Amino acid sequence: MQIIQPHYHAIARTAQDYERMSMSGVVAVCEPAFWAGFDRRHPETFIDYFAQISEFEPTRAAEFGIRHFCWVAVNPKEAENVELTNEVLKQMPEFLDKPNCLGVGETGLHKSTPNEIAALEAHVEMAMKHDQLVLIHTPHLSDKAHGTKTVLEVLSGMDVNPDKIWIDHVEEETIEWVLDAGYWAGMTLYPVTKCSPRRAVDILEKYPTERLLVNSSADWGPSDPFTLQECIVEYRRRGHAVQEAVEIFHNNPCRFLGQNPKWDIKPIRITEE
Amino acid sequence: MLSPKQTLDTYFLEARRDLLEVAALLDRYDESVSREGHKAKDESKLESLREAMQLLAKPDHIKSNRAEQLLTHFAKIN
Repeated sequence: MQIIQPHYHAIARTAQDYERMSMSGVVAVCEPAFWAGFDRRHPETFIDYFAQISEFEPTRAAEFGIRHFCWVAVNPKEAENVELTNEVLKQMPEFLDKPNCLGVGETGLHKSTPNEIAALEAHVEMAMKHDQLVLIHTPHLSDKAHGTKTVLEVLSGMDVNPDKIWIDHVEEETIEWVLDAGYWAGMTLYPVTKCSPRRAVDILEKYPTERLLVNSSADWGPSDPFTLQECIVEYRRRGHAVQEAVEIFHNNPCRFLGQNPKWDIKPIRITEE
Repeated sequence: MLSPKQTLDTYFLEARRDLLEVAALLDRYDESVSREGHKAKDESKLESLREAMQLLAKPDHIKSNRAEQLLTHFAKIN
């Protein structure tokens, strides 16, 4: 089965990930800009990072037959540094023009501070001005509900196209708010701190799937890109047809990401002989 | 050996994850009952889980042997 990994932090992973993902049917990964585990001090560090994910990482993925796409943003944790954020924002449009860059992300909230909110607004404004997709991170654990509500409040006060916005890391407590507001919702599968593959399948069975995305967001922390495949196995084990799985794990990413013409992978239909 | 604080800090998130999985299983069962319009003929596994949770909810276990008690409890289920 062909699989899209819509949220994957390749720079934190080894080539072995790519090899195994390729063997398991992954045809494309999308790498949003994120927090490196420490706060970067210089705008130039971000610029080099954006160059890494827009220029070098596609070549690494291509060795294993995987297409690599990216997103650029200052993540919410580092958005507390206003001067740095503003300087990076000035230089971001150059990267939005890169052939593999799909949009602005992951912006969003971490502790929902005024500086984070201002940065989120600035990122979304830039995305709408440049007709870009937006990937929005919602907070972890005890900050999630409040942060997700705040994201939705911020967006409701802006002139945005919900079709172009993906709000990520939803769980049982937040998914309805996101879908009811008309946005795309992403479930991120983590071994401990986010959604699990089984819980994600529960959500897939409970809600309309047309605007749902599933990813593993593998990064430098405890994470595993193959939670996505675990989710697919769990989904199939419950009796869902291959085509239903293809719709969720391949075609939905194509439908959302395909709003950017740089994404040229088309939805597929499995035919039976 | 870990201090009391270290013990909670080290294992809280994993325990949270495991409890969420149990909660999701119970929700999954309810959803299936609602979808199919009937309960499982034998709900002893469900009852066993509920009893296990009651056991865990008791604040004092002088012997600190909850795991042993649960194993004994679950051994009643075929």
